[in-house]
Amino acid sequence: MTAVLKVENLVRAFGGVKAVNGVNFEVAPGELKALIGPNGAGKSTCFNMLMGQLKPTSGTVYLNGENITGRPPRDIWRRGVGRTFQITGTYQSMTVAENVQMALISYHRRIFSIRSYAYRLYREEALALLDIVGMADQADRACAILAYGDLKRLELAIALANEPTLLLMDEPTAGMAPRERIRLMQLTADIVRDRGLSVLFTEHDMDVVFAHAHHIMVLNRGALIADGTASQVRNNEKVQEVYLGGGTLYEQEKANA
Amino acid sequence: MLEISALNSFYGKAHILNDLDFSINRGEVVALLGRNGAGKTTTMKSIMQLVHPKSGRVSFDGADITSLPSHKIARLGLGYVPEERRIFSDLTILENLEVGRQKARKDAPVWTVEALFELFPNLWERRNNRGKAMSGGEQQMLTIARTLMGNPKLLLLDEPSEGIAPVIVEQMAKTILRFKEEGLTVIISEQNLHFARIVADRAIILESGEKKFDGTFTDLENQPDIRDAYLSV
Amino acid sequence: MGLFVAQLLTGLANAAALFLVASGLSLIFGVTRIVNFAHGSLYMLGAYFGVMLMQSLPGAVGFWGSIVLSSLIVGAIGIIIEICVLRPVYRAPELFQLVATFGVILVIQDLTLMFWGAEDQLGPRAPGLKSVVRILGEPIPQYDLALIVITPFILLGLWWLISKTRVGILVRAATQDREMVGALGVNQSWLFTGVFFLGSALAGLGGAIQLPKGGADLLMDLNIISAVFVVVVIGGMGSIVGAFVASVLISVLNVFGVAYLPQSTLVLMYVVMAIVLLVRPYGLFGREEKAGEHGQAGEPDRPIRPAGVRGRLFAAALFLALALVPVFGSNFTQVLLTDILIFCLFAASLQFMLSTGGMVSFGHAAFFGGGAYAAALLVTYADSPMELAFLFAPLAAGLLAVVFGWFCIRLSGVYFAMLTLAFSQLVWSLVFQWYDVTGGDDGLVNIWPSAWLSGTTTYYYFTLIVGVGGIIFLRHLIHSPFGYSLRATRDSARQADATGINVTHVQWAAFATAGAMAGLAGGLFVFSKGSVFPNELEIEKSFDALIVVFLGGVKTLSGGVVGAAFMESVKDWLTRLEYWRLILGLLIIGVVIVAPAGIVGTLRGLSERLGLRWTGETTR
Repeated sequence: MTAVLKVENLVRAFGGVKAVNGVNFEVAPGELKALIGPNGAGKSTCFNMLMGQLKPTSGTVYLNGENITGRPPRDIWRRGVGRTFQITGTYQSMTVAENVQMALISYHRRIFSIRSYAYRLYREEALALLDIVGMADQADRACAILAYGDLKRLELAIALANEPTLLLMDEPTAGMAPRERIRLMQLTADIVRDRGLSVLFTEHDMDVVFAHAHHIMVLNRGALIADGTASQVRNNEKVQEVYLGGGTLYEQEKANA
Repeated sequence: MLEISALNSFYGKAHILNDLDFSINRGEVVALLGRNGAGKTTTMKSIMQLVHPKSGRVSFDGADITSLPSHKIARLGLGYVPEERRIFSDLTILENLEVGRQKARKDAPVWTVEALFELFPNLWERRNNRGKAMSGGEQQMLTIARTLMGNPKLLLLDEPSEGIAPVIVEQMAKTILRFKEEGLTVIISEQNLHFARIVADRAIILESGEKKFDGTFTDLENQPDIRDAYLSV
Repeated sequence: MGLFVAQLLTGLANAAALFLVASGLSLIFGVTRIVNFAHGSLYMLGAYFGVMLMQSLPGAVGFWGSIVLSSLIVGAIGIIIEICVLRPVYRAPELFQLVATFGVILVIQDLTLMFWGAEDQLGPRAPGLKSVVRILGEPIPQYDLALIVITPFILLGLWWLISKTRVGILVRAATQDREMVGALGVNQSWLFTGVFFLGSALAGLGGAIQLPKGGADLLMDLNIISAVFVVVVIGGMGSIVGAFVASVLISVLNVFGVAYLPQSTLVLMYVVMAIVLLVRPYGLFGREEKAGEHGQAGEPDRPIRPAGVRGRLFAAALFLALALVPVFGSNFTQVLLTDILIFCLFAASLQFMLSTGGMVSFGHAAFFGGGAYAAALLVTYADSPMELAFLFAPLAAGLLAVVFGWFCIRLSGVYFAMLTLAFSQLVWSLVFQWYDVTGGDDGLVNIWPSAWLSGTTTYYYFTLIVGVGGIIFLRHLIHSPFGYSLRATRDSARQADATGINVTHVQWAAFATAGAMAGLAGGLFVFSKGSVFPNELEIEKSFDALIVVFLGGVKTLSGGVVGAAFMESVKDWLTRLEYWRLILGLLIIGVVIVAPAGIVGTLRGLSERLGLRWTGETTR
C-alpha cells in the first residue's frame, strides 16, 4: 500500500540557519502519527511546508504518490488534506455551522456563487460534521463566544469538510485542560478509525502522545532522531537526552557528583 | 522580594495560569520547570505586565506592581529576558545594549558595557555588527547583556538554554552562577532539568498553569513520581 | 544643456518641502504605526505661521528665525494632537486612527480659515537671496540654491539624530519591537510624543521654508498629502533616505514633465509609482511589513442574517414612503432625495469592500467619478444614447477597479489605503490635466438623460429604483456564498487559504464589484446633474464616503446607507454654517473616541436592550 504522505529529504533554511534539515518519513493509511520535539526543533516549519504555507528549500512531499511540493495551501487542501492550526483560525464573525458551511461551499466550488443565501447551503452536511465532533447543539452560536475547547472541536469539523485522506493537526490540544485534551484526542482517534483517514499531529503533551499515537517521530534541531512505537521512542537514549538535557553539561554534572 | 498570589492569566480564551502562588527571596536562584505550554513564559510575562492577568496580584519589594505599565516595572529593577530573545536586529550590538541602559541602583549589581563584554567576549568581537547576523547563542548572550544594562535586582530568564549549542549552554550555566555570586536574584524557566539543577537553589514545577511542586532539588529527587509525572518523557 | 541643468536645479529645490513632510510622516509611522493623514495640515500651518512671523520679524535673522520658530510651533501643535486625538486610539483598529487624523484635517482647515482668512498669502522673499544667479546662461533663483544646499544638511542632521543619538536608537528599536522597548524600561508614551513632535516640526519646517517659492493657501494641505504618499510609497515607509531619494525623483520628474509633457506632469508621478511598486512592492528602501489589522481589531463582528419579516416590512414601508414623495413633496425635496439616494449607493459600495472585505480604501471616488466621466465622455464624443452611456458607467468603473485592484490587493492595511488614494489621484490628475478631452476644470456639460427620463420626478423614480436596487443587490451579495467567502478572507486569510479559497481572487472580485457599484452611482449622478467636474474625483469625495460609513457604523451592514442619508440631509444645513468643517471634524474625532460603533451600531445596541429583533433566524 502506498503511503498517504511521503516526505523525502525536506530542508528549509532561514537565512543561513536550517530549521528543518533533511527530514524523511512516511505516514501510512489509517495511521495516527505524532511529531514531537522540543521548542524550536522545527515542528511548525515542517508542518507549514507540508501544507504549503512555506516553500521548502529542497526536498519533496508526496501525497498519495503525487508530488505536491511547493503548491499553495488551497491546492493541497483540494487534494484531500485537512488542517487544524495551533492558534485557531476560525471565522469569528460567523456562526459555528456557517464556519463548516463555508468550508463545504469551498469544497463544492461555489465560492463565487451569488445565487443563494450562504447560510442555507449545505447546512445538513455541516450539522452532520458537527455531530461527529459533538458540536451540533452549538451550531447556531456565534463562533466568537465559543469556549476554547469547543473552538478546537469546531476546527476539527471544518477540517473534515473536504473528506480528507490526511489530517494535519498542529498542537491540537495546546491551551486545553487535561481532561479536554484526552477527549479531543479520543475523538480524533475515533475519527481515524471510523473514516479510515490518517493523522499527523504535533504535540507537547506526552500523555496525549503516548496514549493515542500509533507511531511517534522525534524532531530535534531540524532532524529526526527517532521514528517508532511509543516504547521504542521512550527507550531511545537520544530522545532521553533531548528531553532531559545532557551533552557536555550532563557529563560535567556526572563528573561533579 | 517577589510575591505572586492567586494569579490567573489568559491568552484569548485559553486559560493559561490557574491561581498561581509563589514567592522568591532575595539572592535566590529559582527554576521554573515544566513542559512546553505549562505556563512558564506566561508567568514571566504576567510579572512584567506584558500579559495582563485577569486576577491576582504581583508584588515586588512589598509594592503592588500588578497595574503598572511594563516600563515602570522594569525601572523598579525587574529585568526580563524573553525566550524569543527579541533582539533589535536592525541595531548593532552596542546599540542594543544602549536601549537597555538604566541608571545604577544601590541595591543591585552595576553593569557597564565593558563588564558585559568581559562576561561575553564573543559580543565584543562583533560589537558593531547588526543583530541579524548572529547565531542563536550570541543572540541569547546579547539579550541577557541588554537586560543587565538596566542593572536589575531581579532577573527573569525565560528558557536561556533553549536552542543553543551545548558548549554555550555550559557557558550560560557558569554565567548564571556568577550572577548569583554578585547577589542577583534570578528566576529561570527551563525544560532542561540538568541545567536547572546546576544553577538553581529551588525548583517550582508548573503543569497546565498550576503549581505542582515547590522545593529543593533534593526534595525533588526524593519524589520521583512528581519528576516523572511532570518533567520526563 | 543650460536649460537642462536649470530644470534639474529647480527640481532639487522643489524637493526640499516634499522631503521634509515625507520624512516626518515616515518617522511617525515607523514608531506609532499611524499614518498621519493630517500631516499636510501641519505643513500648511507651518506656512501660515511662517508668513505671520516673517511679517513681524525683520531682516535675514527674522526670516530664518521665523522658519525655525514656525517649525517649533507646529511641533508643539503636533504634541497637542498626539495627546488629545491619537493617544486614545493607539489600540483602536487602523481605520479608526486614519479617520481620526482625517477629522484633524477638517479642524485645522477651519481654524486656519478663522485666523488667517480665505485669501492666499504671498510668501515673503528671503532677505539677501532675492536675485538670481546665472548658471550656464540660465537664471537660477538664489533661494533655490540655498534650498539645495540646506536640504542635504537636514537629511544629514536627521540621519545623525536617528543613527547616532540615544533617542534615535530608541526610536529605531521601537520601530521594531515597541513592547520590548517598554519591557526594558523606556517610557513609550514619551517616545511617541517626542517622535510626533519631531515629525510635526519637520512638516512645519517644510511649510515655512517653501514660502518664498509658494506662499500659503488653504488648499496646500491636501495638495501636498497625495504627493507625500507617493513619495513614501516609492521611497519605502519608514526610510528617511528613501523619502529623500523619492522626493528628488518626483520633484525633478515634475519639472521635466512641465517642460516636455505639460499635460501629464501629475500623471507621470503616479505612473512612476506604479512601476516602482511592480518591481518593489514595499518601495525602493522599504522592507516587507506585516499585514495591518484591516480595521477589524477589537470586538469581532457578529454573525449576520438576511432581514427578517420586521426588517423587510420596514424597508418596504420606507420604499413606499419614498415612492410617494413626488405626490406630496416639492421639486426641491425630490432633487435632494435623488442626491441622497446616489450618495447612499456610493457609500454602500464602499462599505461592501470595507466592512465585509476588510479593505479600507481611501480612493473610492476614483470609481464614482470614473463612472460619471465614462458616461459623460461617451455622450460627448460618441453621441451615444443615454441608456448606453448609463450602462457604460458601472462597466468602465468596474474595469478601472480590476486594473487598480490588481496593484492594490497585493498590499494591506495602511499601504493599501495609501495606494488606493494615490490611484484615485491618478484618475483625478488625468481628468484635470487632459483638458482637450475632459475639459479639465471646466468639466463636461450637457449630459442629460433621454427624453423619457428628463423630468425631475421621472428621474427621481429612476434613481429610486436603480439606487435601491443597487443597495439591495449589494446586501444580497453580503449574504451570498461570495460575500461569505469575502468575510472569510477578512476574518482569517490563513484559514481561508487552507480551505481552498483563493484569497487574492475573492478580494479582487470584491474590489471590482465595489468599483462597478460606485460607477453605477456615478452614472446616476452625471445624468441627474447634467454635468461632471473633476471635484467628483477628489480626495474629499473619497473621504466623504469613508466618513459616512464610519459615522453609520463600520461593523454593521446598513451603516453606510444610514450614514450617507444622515450626512447628506444635514449637509445642506451644516454647510450653511461658516465653520462647518470644524464642527464635522470635532464630531468625527468624538465619534472615534466615544462611540466607535456609529449610528447604526449604537441604535442596534439600544434596540437590543428593548428586545426588538430585525433579522430572520437570529443566533442564540
